[in-house]
Amino acid sequence: MSDLAAIQQTALEAVAVAPDVAALDTVRVQYFGKKGELTGLLKNLGKLSTEERPAAGAEINKVKSALQQAISEKREVLEQTAIDARLNADAIDVTLPGRNAETGGLHPITIVLQRIEHFFRGVGYEVVEGPEIEDDYHNFEALNLPQHHPARAMQDTFYFNSNLLLRTHTSPVQVRVMEARKPPFRIICPGKVYRVDQPDPSHLPMFHQVEGLLIDHESSFADLKGTIVEFLRVFFEKEDLQVRFRPTYFPFTEPSAEIDVRCVHCDGDGCRVCSNTGWLEVMGSGMVHPRVLEYSGIDPEEFSGFAFGMGIDRLAMLRYGVDDLRHYLDNDLRFLRQFK
Amino acid sequence: MKFSENWLREFVNPKLTTEELVDQLTMAGLEVEAVFPVAAEFSKVVIGDILEVEPHPDADKLVVCKVSSGDETHQVVCGAPNTRVGIKVPFALVGAKLDNQKLKKAKLRGVESSGMLCSERELGISESHEGLMELPLDAPVGENLRDYLQLDDSIFDVDVTPNRSDCLGMTGLARETGLINSLDVQYPEISPVTPGIEDIFPVELESGSACPRFVGRVIRNIDVNAETPLWMREKLRRSDIRSIDPVVDVTNFVMLELNHPMHAYDLEKLDDKIVVRQSAKGEKVILLDGSEVELDADTVLITDGSGPIGMGGVMGGLSTAVTAESKDIFLECAFFSPTSIAGRARSYNMNTDAAHRFERGVDWQGQTTAMERATALLIEIAGGEAGPVVDTVLDDHLPGSNQVMLRSDRIKRLLGVEIPDADIDNMLSRLGFEYDHEEFDGQPGWLVSGPSHRFDIAIEADLIEEISRVYGYNNLPVRTPVTSLTMAAMPEGELTLDRIRDQVVARGYQEAITYSFVDPKLQAELDPEQEPVALANPLSSEMSVMRTTLWTGLLKSLIYNLNRQQDRIRLFETGLRFRHVPNQPELELENITQENMLAGVVCGDRFMENWADKSQAIDFFDIKGDLESIFTLTGEAGSFEFAASEHTALQKGQSAEIRRNGRNVGYLGLLDPRIQNKLGLRPQVFLFELKIDELITKSVSTSVSLSRYPEIRRDIAVIVDHAVSAVNIRVCVETAADDTLQNLKLFDVYRGKGIDTNRKSLALGLTFQHPSRTLTDEEINNSMDKIVASLEAEFGASLRN
Repeated sequence: MSDLAAIQQTALEAVAVAPDVAALDTVRVQYFGKKGELTGLLKNLGKLSTEERPAAGAEINKVKSALQQAISEKREVLEQTAIDARLNADAIDVTLPGRNAETGGLHPITIVLQRIEHFFRGVGYEVVEGPEIEDDYHNFEALNLPQHHPARAMQDTFYFNSNLLLRTHTSPVQVRVMEARKPPFRIICPGKVYRVDQPDPSHLPMFHQVEGLLIDHESSFADLKGTIVEFLRVFFEKEDLQVRFRPTYFPFTEPSAEIDVRCVHCDGDGCRVCSNTGWLEVMGSGMVHPRVLEYSGIDPEEFSGFAFGMGIDRLAMLRYGVDDLRHYLDNDLRFLRQFK
Repeated sequence: MKFSENWLREFVNPKLTTEELVDQLTMAGLEVEAVFPVAAEFSKVVIGDILEVEPHPDADKLVVCKVSSGDETHQVVCGAPNTRVGIKVPFALVGAKLDNQKLKKAKLRGVESSGMLCSERELGISESHEGLMELPLDAPVGENLRDYLQLDDSIFDVDVTPNRSDCLGMTGLARETGLINSLDVQYPEISPVTPGIEDIFPVELESGSACPRFVGRVIRNIDVNAETPLWMREKLRRSDIRSIDPVVDVTNFVMLELNHPMHAYDLEKLDDKIVVRQSAKGEKVILLDGSEVELDADTVLITDGSGPIGMGGVMGGLSTAVTAESKDIFLECAFFSPTSIAGRARSYNMNTDAAHRFERGVDWQGQTTAMERATALLIEIAGGEAGPVVDTVLDDHLPGSNQVMLRSDRIKRLLGVEIPDADIDNMLSRLGFEYDHEEFDGQPGWLVSGPSHRFDIAIEADLIEEISRVYGYNNLPVRTPVTSLTMAAMPEGELTLDRIRDQVVARGYQEAITYSFVDPKLQAELDPEQEPVALANPLSSEMSVMRTTLWTGLLKSLIYNLNRQQDRIRLFETGLRFRHVPNQPELELENITQENMLAGVVCGDRFMENWADKSQAIDFFDIKGDLESIFTLTGEAGSFEFAASEHTALQKGQSAEIRRNGRNVGYLGLLDPRIQNKLGLRPQVFLFELKIDELITKSVSTSVSLSRYPEIRRDIAVIVDHAVSAVNIRVCVETAADDTLQNLKLFDVYRGKGIDTNRKSLALGLTFQHPSRTLTDEEINNSMDKIVASLEAEFGASLRN
């Protein structure tokens, strides 16, 4: 049987050195093919006596199965190597940039407007818009600003003729709502407004406002304060933001208040942003003047309400650290792309 | 209004620092917009007396002076043109601190100089630097200048709101300061000046409520050239008023102190009598400043025998003005009603301190007091004898006192807090309001009379404002409003603008905001058919008309970016465009359409520069795809169509009108090359503009069940004339096919080898499917035959092999 042992050894060596699947197949054919050496040995078993046959057969089968196992293991290794080689060849640089990754962006004013709309929608306010070319009545007179009222000088106005103008605030939208609907209602009016001012770092002849109006049976200055304080705290995301109310004069509200917040840049220590006062003027507000209600056909004995207004351009300036209002209208892509 | 802090403290002096006082006034509604020191910080500057002036041996423009500082004489080199012997000037001694520097002995062109003579600018008192600041000749030599001029003082600039005209005078500001601090105010003691002469000048009032009171007084033998005392000049200066002569200075002083504008006439020049009346249109008057004004019909006019001599409550006239030669004057202190003055000065392009006060309202009862105050001051300064005070008055036309109700319940309702009645009593008293307790329809309250200096107390809300102000806004409660919870409608049949914007952004566009008023020249290139709505008072010609298209502003922004090395640009904007309604030339609100638009400009490569794609120029279909992606949001992409069209701004053959169900939605196209050239634009630019209102209608989605049977696709290529448009092919196929055609794709367009030059090949992919069974080959062949036959019939199409 030393023949058989020699065959086994030679065969296993051949399997071990087979470089690829094809070479391994050659080895397999050499031993298991029709004319294979092991096949030959098995064929010759018939020449042996019946006594010798089982033992000889068992010996050959032992070699056969050892060899088969060796071949199959080797095959697995060779196949794996072949796949690895192919995958290696297919490998890419995953750090290269992806295709068409481009996204544009919203203007910072729009981003702020959307946030504000979201806050107020959440507590039941409706967003209403209106025309930007307005008539004197809706922009001034119905807001208790008759012709020649000195307060008109507070809002330098662009005119088309003696009656038509570019709205100086979004309040005329509120007038139109008051004329058309019956209280109670809660609305905010976002939009562009215009005043005669040469563009400079802190002035623009066209800017954006959001004004709000709530009219109800029982609505008080306390409600106004609650609404404003809450809004400013969520807007600046500062729960302990200090807010103060300062008496002032607007023809369309009484009492009227300017609203200051503790400077969000220096926390009140005084800095360039707050002109060293520690406070930032951010909004105007007040209880709707009874005459304004009357103008629009609402009985001030039955209803009361509050109104507020804020400049979006300035709020965006504070929120994002913009240093010059004119950037908003230059539309320099390098500026616009800073906002996501 | 600007005034000296020290002056305010002469009336009422709360124990507060300057900063605290500023804060307190601001929180009371008198916003202090700015605080300036009256002079810069400096030390060791005294009053110097120039004893000698000699020329400088080596410098033409310098002189060498001997200056006395009281106990010593110093040699000082000086270059000021007004340097002369005998004048008193600010003298900074050696060792003085000026402009944060220590003054040292110096040699100027070889001559020793010990100290420096100063101009106002050098002391931070004003911008004046023409020469040395000249002090009164009686100024005590050697005295510290800060003490002498009371320079340790601040100027407050208070923004007095239009309702608080009573605070346009020092006594009003003092009243308010006293109120906040619960302090008594020391008002100036004003006693009547006993007439020394009998002379009066007649006055007649013919303008009713416009001028119901005119207090006049003759003063004779004054010395107009007398010098106004330093204390008065300094107070005026700190309120930004220049000293002119005693008459002007005194009337200005009384205006600042008591808030009563006054006017002085040269008695010699007055003719016959003064009549106050309304102007007739076209009447002319020459004013103090020399300007001639042609009047409208509704102006209060002061006239005498010679005609108009002044615009009442605004400005006096030149012909009767007091001059250096005047000896006898007639002083006026009148009441002009706010409505008679409001807007007049502005309508004549004027703005005077008097008009500013009268149109807001001055106390209609204080004229006689103001006259006495002015008389006493003037006689003290300029001598003279006064006649009796004559108060010409139309009682029926005086404003009278308002009786205003104030209900307890209303205070609670509007302020959200219950304030005890006794506290309200107290606040009303401190405000100087008279009141009685009354009931209104069984509700307790007060009947309040506003004082004659307050023009802003007419209705209950005016009183509630005062109560809330005195109570303190920041002491009022804070409450979150409670209302019924109602859900807001959210129509699913409408696309929101936010959703549209997000889609445009997702396609790589950056949002822009441009001015609504634009350059008419640029706009005329883009939209010449539209006559824009023009502003009457534009900031500049480049911002003088309203945009009729958003392209005007967007192109400007595109050029701005191209000039800054940005060559791949995608900008969009949403906003109103403004157009006249056709054939409605009258400029009225209903004749202007204000339409919300979505517009964009695009130039540069299709892709951002990257490693994977070659540089490719954008074309029409890039932008069309962007727009179609928006249209798809409506769920009704098929309702939109692009039709070849012409537009002035767009290149013929590369522009389309977009329609939805036959209605115009907007335009898309390539900027016309002629305009491109005119604007000096290097790259090609695509533009689009859509009406948002036409975009937003959306169909609420409905689901249909899916077929379980296989779909079958057939591809064909048909050759048609070049001019045949793809949309017509689509319509033809869809018409010819039955319901089983599920999808039609145009997947190739080919012109070139193998096809006639005036024809093109279109490759179509058709997908068929039946909802409830498998389609047979025969059925599909039949469908295809019909489709091909129809294409042949309609377009002469042939199948390509």
